[in-house]
Amino acid sequence: MAERLLDVEDLAVHFATEDGLVRAVDGVSFGLDRGQVLGIVGESGSGKSVTAMTLMGLTRGVNAKFEGAVRYQGKDLLQISDREMQDYRGNEIGMIFQDPMTSLNPVYRVGEQIVEAIRAHDHVDRRRARRRAVELLKQVGIPNPESRVDDFPHQFSGGMRQRAMIAMALSCNPAILIADEPTTALDVTIQAQIIELIGRLKDDFDSAVIMITHDLGVVADIADEIMVMYAGRVVERGATRDVFYDPQMPYTWGLLGSIPRLDRPRPERLYSIKGTPPSLINAPRGCKFRPRCPHAFDKCMEEPKLEQRVETAGHLDRCWLDVTFKREHRDAMIAGESTEAA
Amino acid sequence: MSSAANGRGAPLIELRHVKKYFPIRKGVLQREVARVHAVDDVSFAVREGETLGLVGESGCGKSTLGRTIVRLLEPTEGQILFRGQQIEELGPRRLRPLRREMQMVFQDPYASLNPRKRVGTIIGDPLKIHRIGDKKQRQTQVEELLETVGLSPEHYNRFPHEFSGGQRQRIGIARALALRPKLIVADEPVSALDVSIQSQMLNLLEDLQNEFRLTYIFIAHDLGVVRHVSDRIAVMYLGKLVELSPAEELYQRPIMPYTEALLSAVPIPDPDLARQRERIVLEGDVPSPINPPSGCRFHPRCRYATEVCREVEPPLADYGNGHLAACHHPLNVDAAALAAVTASPQTPRAADEDALPTDSAGSSDPAHGDTPG
Repeated sequence: MAERLLDVEDLAVHFATEDGLVRAVDGVSFGLDRGQVLGIVGESGSGKSVTAMTLMGLTRGVNAKFEGAVRYQGKDLLQISDREMQDYRGNEIGMIFQDPMTSLNPVYRVGEQIVEAIRAHDHVDRRRARRRAVELLKQVGIPNPESRVDDFPHQFSGGMRQRAMIAMALSCNPAILIADEPTTALDVTIQAQIIELIGRLKDDFDSAVIMITHDLGVVADIADEIMVMYAGRVVERGATRDVFYDPQMPYTWGLLGSIPRLDRPRPERLYSIKGTPPSLINAPRGCKFRPRCPHAFDKCMEEPKLEQRVETAGHLDRCWLDVTFKREHRDAMIAGESTEAA
Repeated sequence: MSSAANGRGAPLIELRHVKKYFPIRKGVLQREVARVHAVDDVSFAVREGETLGLVGESGCGKSTLGRTIVRLLEPTEGQILFRGQQIEELGPRRLRPLRREMQMVFQDPYASLNPRKRVGTIIGDPLKIHRIGDKKQRQTQVEELLETVGLSPEHYNRFPHEFSGGQRQRIGIARALALRPKLIVADEPVSALDVSIQSQMLNLLEDLQNEFRLTYIFIAHDLGVVRHVSDRIAVMYLGKLVELSPAEELYQRPIMPYTEALLSAVPIPDPDLARQRERIVLEGDVPSPINPPSGCRFHPRCRYATEVCREVEPPLADYGNGHLAACHHPLNVDAAALAAVTASPQTPRAADEDALPTDSAGSSDPAHGDTPG
C-alpha cells in the first residue's frame, strides 16, 4: 500500500463578492498517494484551479470562506496559520503555473529566481544554492545550464521557461507537485516534452502529481486517476481507463467528443457542448449540468450524489441516467456528429 | 473585376517564392547586421472555397506568412497574386478595395479587441471605414452578424470585458465577416480556448464557410485541429515549406520526418493507445531563424539525418496527388513512387533541384539501376 500523502474531505471554497457568494468549490473529496498522478479535468470556471490553489494556501483572503479539510500527512492545512503554511508551500507542495510567460519575473535572472526559492526554504549560502539551481536546470533538460542560469527570462523560449518554472517548483523537493495547465500555452511538440518530463521527474523525486487541464487528451497517458469537475463539483471520478472507456457523465462524453482525434476517422462535425458553464453565484437547481445535457429528464431537478453506480470499484459519478442506457447512447456524443447546438 | 478564372477551383490566392526577412539593426547608424529569415521562399496556391491548414511550431514563420498574405506586412521578395492580380507592391490606397476581400481572425481574443470600444463599434468599424450604408443600416447589419456568429443582438452595446474567451473570439470572427470577405486568414483562432469551446468554434467556422463560400487559411500548431478543418495542409519549418499535401493523406503517410514528429506529439484521448504508440519527442526548440542550419533546416533535430542533409537543401519533390515534400530521406514512399519523383516548380530557388531523393533509408538500394554516374 502506497503512502497516503493528501486527503481532501468535503472541501468547499466560497468567495464573498459584490455580486453575491461565489461557490467556486463545493464538496470536493479526494485522496492522493505517493507516486500517483491525479488528473483534474474541466472547463474554465469549473473550480479546478481554485481547488489546487487552496491546497497551496493561495486562496486565503478576507472574502474567502473554507469548509471541510485538506489533510496533508494528517495535518489540516485549512486550520494552520499563514506563517505555518509557508513551511508547507513549496517545501511539501510545489506548483507549476499555467503561463510561463508571465510567471517568471522579467527583471531578474532565471538563476536568481531559483536561488531565491531555494533560500526561502533552506538555510544554504548563495554558492550552494546556485550550484543546486544549475543542477535543477540540468535535470529539467535545459542545455548548457552553467551559462543559461544567468540568462533573463526573455532569453528563454516558452518551453524553456516552463522548464525553469518546473525547476523552481522542484527546488525544495516537494512531495506533491501541482501542475495547473502546464502546457496550454505551448506548442504540441513542447507539450509532449513537458508531459514526459513531469512523468520522469515524478519518479526521480518520488512525488505525487496533480495535473490540471481542460484537455482529456493531455492526461490520458500520464494520469492514474481522473477527476472531472463541473461547476465546483466532482461529477465523475475513477481510474483513468475506467473514465476513458466507460465514462458515466454526459459531461465527460461531451469533453471527449470535443477533441479532434487523430486516432479515429474525421467526423463530419465535432460534438460541442451547448451553452456555457453556469454561474457559480446562481447555479442551476438539481444537477448542475442539466441545462446543457441532451439526456436530462425530470429526476435531474434533484441533485444526484457522487457515488458508485457501475460495477467497477472506485468509479463514481453524479448522474441519474440508467447505466445500460448510458452505455448504449454515449457513443453518439463521443464520436461527434449528432445533437448539434449553437 | 471578375474574370472567368474565378470559377470553382481556380486559385484565389497564389504565392510565388515569397520571402519575408526582418532586418536586425545595430549601432548609431542603424546598420543592418543580420536578418531574420522568417519566411524563406514559400510558394503555394489556395483555391476558392478551400481551407488550407498552415502548421508548424512557434517561430516557423506561419503567422508572418499569414500576415504577409493579407498584406499587413510587405514581402521582401516574391509575388502574391489575388485572383490573378499582383498585390505585393500595391500602395495603401490601391490596397483598400482588396482589404474588403481579405480579413484576419487573430489568436488572442483578449488582446485583439479594443477594451474601450463597444461590441457594436468593433464590428461596425470596418463597415464605416469602407463607407457602407448609413448608421441605421450598419447597426442592423452588425446585429445580423452577431446572430450569425451565435451571439445575440442585445450584445451590441456591451464591452469586450463582459464576454468570455469563446464569445470574444466570436466577436473577432463577426468583425472579420463584416465586409463579406472572400479570404479569411485565421491565425490560431482556437489555441487559447478550452476544448469544449474549441469544438464550438471549429463548427462555427465550418458553417460560415458553407454559408458565405469562404476560403480559409487556417494557421495552427495542433495537427488534430488542422486535420478537422483543412482540405490541404502545408507544414512549415523555419520559414520553409517542407510538406504540402491533401489533408487525409498527410495523416496516412507523412513523408517529411518533421511531419511525422508533429503527428506523434498530438495527444490521443485513449490511455491504451497513448501508452502503446511511439512518441517521437523532438529534442530542443526550433533553431534561430537568424542563422538557420545549412542544407535541410530540420537536420539538427531529425533522427534520419545523414551527411547530405547537412550540405544540400532538398528540393520540394512531387510525389503525385499534389503531395509535395522536401526531404532527402522520405518516409512512406515505395521504390516505384520514388522513381517517378520530379522537382516541383514550387521548389525554393536556393534548393538543389538535382538532389531529388533516390532511396528512402539513405542506404544503397538494388531496386534502382539508374544511378546517375
